Amino acid sequence: MLDFEPFYLTLKLALTTTVLLLALGIPIAYWLAFSPTRGKVVLEALIGLPLVLPPTVLGFYLLLAFSPENGFGRFLETYLDIRLVFSFPGLVIASMIYSLPFMIQPIQAGFRAIPRNLIEAAYILGKNKRTTLLKVILPNVKNSLLTGIILTFAHTVGEFGVVLMIGGNIPLETRVISVAIYDQVEAMNYSQANIYSGILLVFSFLVLLGVYLINNRTVQSSYPV
Amino acid sequence: MIELKINKRLHGPEGTMNLQFDAKIKEGEFVTIFGTSGAGKTSVLRMLSGLLSPDSGRIVVGDAVWFDQEQNINLKPQLRNIGFVFQDYSLFPNMTVRGNLDFALQKGQSKTIVDDLLDLIELTQLHDKRPSQLSGGQKQRVALARALVRRPRLLLLDEPLSALDMEMQAKLQDYILKVHREFGLTTLMISHDLIEVIKMSQRVLVMSQGRIAKDGKPADVLPLGILKEMIEKGGI
Repeated sequence: MLDFEPFYLTLKLALTTTVLLLALGIPIAYWLAFSPTRGKVVLEALIGLPLVLPPTVLGFYLLLAFSPENGFGRFLETYLDIRLVFSFPGLVIASMIYSLPFMIQPIQAGFRAIPRNLIEAAYILGKNKRTTLLKVILPNVKNSLLTGIILTFAHTVGEFGVVLMIGGNIPLETRVISVAIYDQVEAMNYSQANIYSGILLVFSFLVLLGVYLINNRTVQSSYPV
Repeated sequence: MIELKINKRLHGPEGTMNLQFDAKIKEGEFVTIFGTSGAGKTSVLRMLSGLLSPDSGRIVVGDAVWFDQEQNINLKPQLRNIGFVFQDYSLFPNMTVRGNLDFALQKGQSKTIVDDLLDLIELTQLHDKRPSQLSGGQKQRVALARALVRRPRLLLLDEPLSALDMEMQAKLQDYILKVHREFGLTTLMISHDLIEVIKMSQRVLVMSQGRIAKDGKPADVLPLGILKEMIEKGGI
């Protein structure tokens, strides 16, 4: 009997990561797009790191940081009774860090592409920055938001290195689909691995197909009539 | 009365320029700022509306101080209640015509003004269209109406008609004059179209190199020789 738990866990992880990262990514992207501070390049470089680093490097440092043997991990465990290493919350945080550029970069590019006049027009009409963001900026970067959401979701579904380093292979807690496949292959259980892989392949294809369909439709409808 | 005395160092493609603008504008006046591109016209409107901060000087509108560098006063654009019409219309593409006007409403303001304005610019029938479905002239009428929703006393127009054809320009000029009178506005318009300036303004400030070079009635200060030359060349 096929164990669907890894699928369920993967979807839960990807959804949680995407929702949290969207909420976090919008203000960060806003600041990066509009702040005149020069120092923001440091943050931009930091956010871009997961694009170039092997996931195992990121996972290794997060493992050190979260470990109760070390300062931050010990602080969490002693004062807040939280252990992030080999746990689902730890996986979420690691996934968020790992997917930062996939969420933030498209939104930031969308913000930058908004004509400055639109934002200024809203200010002159008496609207504050928050209203301008919610009513003018965000509705006009829908495609960028969608791209960020999909990339983050897909990237989280497909992650392996970080998960393995920080989460290990605990059923119902950290055994996501990519880890389960690896596990089955190691156990020479190729038919199970094949089923898992096949489902993931079809699922990923359908998600991407959906994105391109939506994107295509928005592009067409934005042409003047 | 609007008192503008502003200094600003501007960095443009042709190097640095010191903008020094010193003028008093009477309530109800229709004033045009005329000048070549790069003379600092748009910067003056941006500083008056609060989108750009002057380096020094004072902006006083009626008895309210909007900017005073010495007293450290710099009112935000949101608090200045200005009507501003951009050259590129700057309509919100995600909202309908009516949505663009509704967006400008202040908290608690009655929506009847939106209907009145739609009526005034003769776009009631197109109220549920998106900006991308409108012609240039229609877009600019919506932009004009949107600028008036908050009932500003001061209307700023940054080359509002330069992207339109001649016929549409003439029509829009009439709309602008109409709202200028009906709303009792003080209007400041940037234009480099001589015919438009002559038709519309009571007073012209000719700007050159960041300063007001001439100030007076259109017939007295405009280089009408150029107009004659243009007519002879068949340019108009």
